[in-house]
Amino acid sequence: MTQETLVEPTGSSTAPAPRRWNRDLVETRVLGVLRWVVIVVLVLATVFPFYYMVVLSLRSLDEVLQRPGLLWPAELDFTTYVEVLASAASGGQGFLVFLRNSAVIALLTVAVTLVVAIPGSYAISRLHFRGRRQVSALFLAVYLFPAILLAVPLFVFFSAIGLRGSIVGLLVVYVAQTVPISIYMLRNYFETVPVSLEEAAAMDGATRRQIILKVSLPLAMPAVVSNALYVFMIAWNEFLFALLFLAEDRERWTVSLGLSQLAGSIEIPTTVLMAGSVLLTIPIVIIFFFTERLLVEGLTAGAEKG
Amino acid sequence: MTTGAGTPPRETQPTDPSGPEPKTPVRDRSGGKQLTRAQRDARAGRLLLSPTLLVVLVVVVVPIVWSILLAFQDLRLIDLRRRGLFGEFSLENIADVFTSSGFWEGLRTTLLFSVVGTIGSIGIGLAAALALRKPFRGRTFVRASMLLPYVAPVVAVAFVWQTMLSPQFGIVNHVGREWLGWDDPIAFLSQRSADVSLFGLQVSVPVALLTVMAFEAWRYFPFAFLFLTARLQAVPGELEEAATVDGATPTQRFRHVLLPQLLPVIALLSVLRFIFTFNEFDDIFLLTGGAAGTEVVSVRVYNLLTDRGDIGGAAAQALVLALVLVVFLIVYFKFFAKRVEEV
Repeated sequence: MTQETLVEPTGSSTAPAPRRWNRDLVETRVLGVLRWVVIVVLVLATVFPFYYMVVLSLRSLDEVLQRPGLLWPAELDFTTYVEVLASAASGGQGFLVFLRNSAVIALLTVAVTLVVAIPGSYAISRLHFRGRRQVSALFLAVYLFPAILLAVPLFVFFSAIGLRGSIVGLLVVYVAQTVPISIYMLRNYFETVPVSLEEAAAMDGATRRQIILKVSLPLAMPAVVSNALYVFMIAWNEFLFALLFLAEDRERWTVSLGLSQLAGSIEIPTTVLMAGSVLLTIPIVIIFFFTERLLVEGLTAGAEKG
Repeated sequence: MTTGAGTPPRETQPTDPSGPEPKTPVRDRSGGKQLTRAQRDARAGRLLLSPTLLVVLVVVVVPIVWSILLAFQDLRLIDLRRRGLFGEFSLENIADVFTSSGFWEGLRTTLLFSVVGTIGSIGIGLAAALALRKPFRGRTFVRASMLLPYVAPVVAVAFVWQTMLSPQFGIVNHVGREWLGWDDPIAFLSQRSADVSLFGLQVSVPVALLTVMAFEAWRYFPFAFLFLTARLQAVPGELEEAATVDGATPTQRFRHVLLPQLLPVIALLSVLRFIFTFNEFDDIFLLTGGAAGTEVVSVRVYNLLTDRGDIGGAAAQALVLALVLVVFLIVYFKFFAKRVEEV
């Protein structure tokens, strides 16, 4: 956009002699400034809420009420974290249990999804069989359909057979929600694995199972890892089905559910719950910053082609 | 689930490892029958895919079909144990959906929310993608932080927004009163509308609805940003160089060189974002619970289901919502089919 940006003051050594004040120059200058305005505003808008979250979690509510404009903790107050983590029996909010529940559900979802989606995506990318196209279309439709439409019958069904409130029921729903996207991400990758490698293995007498396990899967490992992280994030962040299935039993709440259920209460100070949201957000932010490139590549595969 | 890769699966021809001689009969180990390689592959393919298909059928397809049945029954949650899963069928629920003022109001809100949310997220995403296009120091960090709203747990960010916008001690109202001269704090999430005088005209502004729209645009602009950035990186540099040599100014280069390249992605993003925003439940439920003129259809369905235990009514509303969406899906597939022909 800009020929002479503000970052490169010494940019053009052959600085042209007095330029005419033409449209090109005006636009370049204006856009050069506007660009930095946009960047600063966007960074503020995206980072500030998270900063605010952390700051508020380290202050006491009284102090926040007295000085709502203070943007750093007057004194570090970690009691909020103690209170939010401690079990309900000992006067806390029990987030330690919620964290455990979330971790268990998210990890199980990842494991089951991968076990189901790896063979499935291999089949769609490599093996030719009737109905392959229809299956792809079905998965896309699943992905685009409103979750609330599924929520009604699943809620009724799990209520009827008594599986509501069980983690197994929730797990099955999560797997069904993450499998289509996993198949999409993995199959794009399997398609990039050179067929000649598989042919060579087949020549050497490897069975289909051996080819998948020894040749294709190791090569697709980056995609498998990024997909696993992505599924973990979906399951960890999920809210609607956790709300429908687990809301009644506090011992089974996930962190997301626990935070949303307690957010309305007047007895619990906002700063304590802020500590809860920091605990909810931190695992995701850590995963994200360590694997950003991997995740972004997996997600936008094919986007360059429009 | 509103995350994820938006581009539709590419339909590529499957590549068969045994490509050159697909018809060679090979002895099948299990049965001893003579099967061609292609037949064995087809069988393996179905076998490998069956767990996936099973899960999707049991948890997605069957419930959808069942939900259609539920929509035509007068079923309440308290009757469930007694009456079993199938009752008498009637058109009452569907009729109720169309005659209740709440549904039309909800549909209107949903559409408004979807259109503004979509335009907002794509507009901000485009601005971000263009601003971060040229490298600068710290771009990697800035780019990663752009994605934070999208990856962070929705419950946490909704809670922070609620707190920031709180009329009692929220930072936004504090700044507004200290620096911007607001007389009273604004209840962003619980005030249905406010009169604002604009050039001497009294305009009624839907405060809560605008706030959830802003949240939606904030949370999902990274999605548009990701895809637009990926597309921008693929635009050949010569195109713009040639335009520069020809004397095109920056806005002209954007208008005549970049924009045509980006349009297919923008069109795809519009459809996807519209669908996802149309289905949105979490954001609005967490921010306002559907109060103050923000009750979109999916929040309404939830309230019918849990507050009133009206299963039939909830299913009917969800079904109508899905049908409206199917129309958009058809548009989407048409659009996508056209794209494939072009390529």
